[in-house]
Amino acid sequence: MSKTVKLRKGLDIRLVGVANKVKSELVLPKTVSIKPTDFHGMTPKMVVKEGDQVKAGSIIFFNKYSESIKCASPVSGKVEAIVRGAKRRIMEVIISTDGDIQFEGDSPLDPVSMSSEEVKAKMLASGLWMYIKQRPLDIIADPANEPKAIFVSAFDSSPLAPDFDYVLHGKNEEFQAGLNALAKLTKGTVHLSLNGNAPADATFTAASGVQINKIHGKHPAGNVGTQMHHIDPINKGEFAWSVNAQDVAIIGRYFLTGKYDARKTIALTGSEIKDPHYFEVIAGSNVSSVLEGQITTDNVRVISGNVLTGDKIEQDGHLGFYHNQITVIPEGNQLKFVLTKGWMGPGFDKFSNSRLFPTFLLGKKRFRLDTNTNGEERAFVVTGELEKVFPFDILPMQLVKAAITDDIDGMENLGIYEVAPEDFALCEYVCTTKIDIQDKIREGLDLIGEECM
Amino acid sequence: MKFLENIVHKMEPKFAKGGKLEKWNPLFESFATLAFTPAHVTKKGAHIRDGVDLKRTMMTVIIAMIPCLLFGIYNTGHWEMVAAAGDRGLDFWASGGTKFLLGLKVVLPLIVVSYGVGLAIEFVFGFLRGHSLHEGFLVSGMLIPLIMPADVPLWMVGVATAFAVIIGKEVFGGTGMNILNVALTARAFLFFAYPTSMSGDNVWMSGAETDGFTGSTVLGDLATFGGDKPMVAGVEALDNMDSSGLLESTYSVWDMMMGAIPGSIGETSVIAIGIGALILLMTGVGSLRIMLSFVVGGFVGGLLMNAIGGNAYLEMPAFHHLLIGGFAFGAVFMATDPVTAAQTATGKIIYGFLGGVVAILIRVLNPAYPEGVMLAILFMNVMAPIIDHYVVQANIKRRLKRVKTA
Repeated sequence: MSKTVKLRKGLDIRLVGVANKVKSELVLPKTVSIKPTDFHGMTPKMVVKEGDQVKAGSIIFFNKYSESIKCASPVSGKVEAIVRGAKRRIMEVIISTDGDIQFEGDSPLDPVSMSSEEVKAKMLASGLWMYIKQRPLDIIADPANEPKAIFVSAFDSSPLAPDFDYVLHGKNEEFQAGLNALAKLTKGTVHLSLNGNAPADATFTAASGVQINKIHGKHPAGNVGTQMHHIDPINKGEFAWSVNAQDVAIIGRYFLTGKYDARKTIALTGSEIKDPHYFEVIAGSNVSSVLEGQITTDNVRVISGNVLTGDKIEQDGHLGFYHNQITVIPEGNQLKFVLTKGWMGPGFDKFSNSRLFPTFLLGKKRFRLDTNTNGEERAFVVTGELEKVFPFDILPMQLVKAAITDDIDGMENLGIYEVAPEDFALCEYVCTTKIDIQDKIREGLDLIGEECM
Repeated sequence: MKFLENIVHKMEPKFAKGGKLEKWNPLFESFATLAFTPAHVTKKGAHIRDGVDLKRTMMTVIIAMIPCLLFGIYNTGHWEMVAAAGDRGLDFWASGGTKFLLGLKVVLPLIVVSYGVGLAIEFVFGFLRGHSLHEGFLVSGMLIPLIMPADVPLWMVGVATAFAVIIGKEVFGGTGMNILNVALTARAFLFFAYPTSMSGDNVWMSGAETDGFTGSTVLGDLATFGGDKPMVAGVEALDNMDSSGLLESTYSVWDMMMGAIPGSIGETSVIAIGIGALILLMTGVGSLRIMLSFVVGGFVGGLLMNAIGGNAYLEMPAFHHLLIGGFAFGAVFMATDPVTAAQTATGKIIYGFLGGVVAILIRVLNPAYPEGVMLAILFMNVMAPIIDHYVVQANIKRRLKRVKTA
């Protein structure tokens, strides 16, 4: 039983710098980092100390409040540094690699013949559990919960996103093994959602043991949140899990080989990149080797992830745990004169979902956008603009207001259990108020997590 | 523009926190951001942002009002000339330049007073709250003169603007927080505080009072049914396309479309308002839902009156209601104010429709108020949160139902 969903709302932000379908082979980075900040709400308890030798698959830390959830090192080498921030919070664990990857040995396993308890235990022990996210709250899944379904999105619709059809081409076996493992984790269905706008790769179309759905429409069609809402929505008290498509392949690889091999293909994208293309890297890699000789201008922002939800990193920073791309765009920290580039300007350089700039006439033109907010923060004045890019049967502005005012009843009623901050990324982009909406939703979710879960 | 940019860069530290002129930062920021979009960058989340900001949005609304303003100036000049000559038969298009200048002499002071008083108050509140000027009043400041009779004394405009900005908006928290439409609050204040200056026979033609020449609006005429004037003929004349000079105070449908009739400065020309509506709809700033449902509501209201019947006003063709008075202006520029209108998509339709119906109800059934649009929109402003509340509840119920059916 497959579902086809057609979305009318949404927005594809057309940016310059789409990755060409050429792949650079894996070069082992000097350092790899694991950032506990990638795992929202997790308090890490370190297992290793600075100077310890680790192998790929060795446990680095576990969750202080849910000890079965562990995080493994993706490479072998020495724990170089444990970087701490304010209040001694652990920000980063940096591991320097040693030329080659030594794996913690384990024997291949076939998830199909294992019980669901065994699969769960194996995934928790090996650190693979970190790849499973849960809604509500958009945090790492709690193994004690019973998910009603697990969602895997076979495409990423965000700006300049890597093409999973290209990235996972020929990785049928790994992907299928991963899906088999996931299927053991739920009594419900595993949903695999394909892009309805383009033909999908055989890796996805040939997947078995899952329900294959098709999603037509603009971004956020590729977000699992959108897919959940239209295929099998979450109600209060229910849980649904999700895993990134590439991470499914990493899980599958573990079961096929017995090794935690966190290799994945990322896209190097953005208007400031000389030759945007794909790279094979290890999760958490230092990006300096990837960016070397690629950045064309001085004043740039390097983003791990896409422009809507990614994290700002330094040019020698590290790739985020869940990210599949690096985007480099110009920094917008200059004044813009009113008549040329400011609010009264002709605006041929501005991409907007409103029709206040002539660019809505320009069809398929791609834009070079910078990080300027294009205006100051204001109260909510304009109405109806969030709704245009929010393909949920949820009232976005009312929900955001409930989150801002810590209105728990309001948030519950208006559908906070179904959403994650990333679902509001486009709302944040289009909103005239220039408020950090994703942040407000995150705070709202944290409050709900404290009070209601 | 490097030159200006250098000035801003040089002055910035003085106004920044801890600087010598820190207290004046709101003033500096207001002007600096007028000339330059600030160098604010995103920190996390969405690293890029839409080009749109409140300044651009508000500017578009002002552009949309320009046709009304220009026509209003001309029309004001025309009726001033009519009053001076004491001759209604004056050709509307003759000696246009002089009329425009005459009109400008009346309208420009109104605009200056409205902006001057309003912006001064906004700045004071900006200082009190420590923020720069918010853009809302840029639109209100233009709307206020457009909905005034040309002959209104300037001090009244000043008082009304002050009342509207302080009581109508700033006490609620400023732009985006107000419950009532600011411009209509100003007009309502004058309407109830100085009724003789806001309606009746003496205010619609600039300079009319001095000459002992009176000019009333179409609505004013219609509202005096049962009075001493034989207005029934006037209503019939509305039907007649080429009866421009039938009776002293009657106008053809074309006159009313074009706006060559006495009335508030910006409200008379349906064509000029239509151009504004097109600009608002094309840019997506104005809500089509509200505009259309407001017009439909007015039409249905008119039909309802026709169905009841009884006198000539009740039986006036429904579409005439859409042309006269402030109906079109209200539908396009007032009802669509996003802050005070309903905020949900369904709510907007209900809000607009009820607004249109109520406007006609007040207009026709209440002889004390010749025009009902202002009161109808203010009434719906107050009702908008309730409409939204029920729309939101419906959304919540729909999602709760999902649990039960699943």
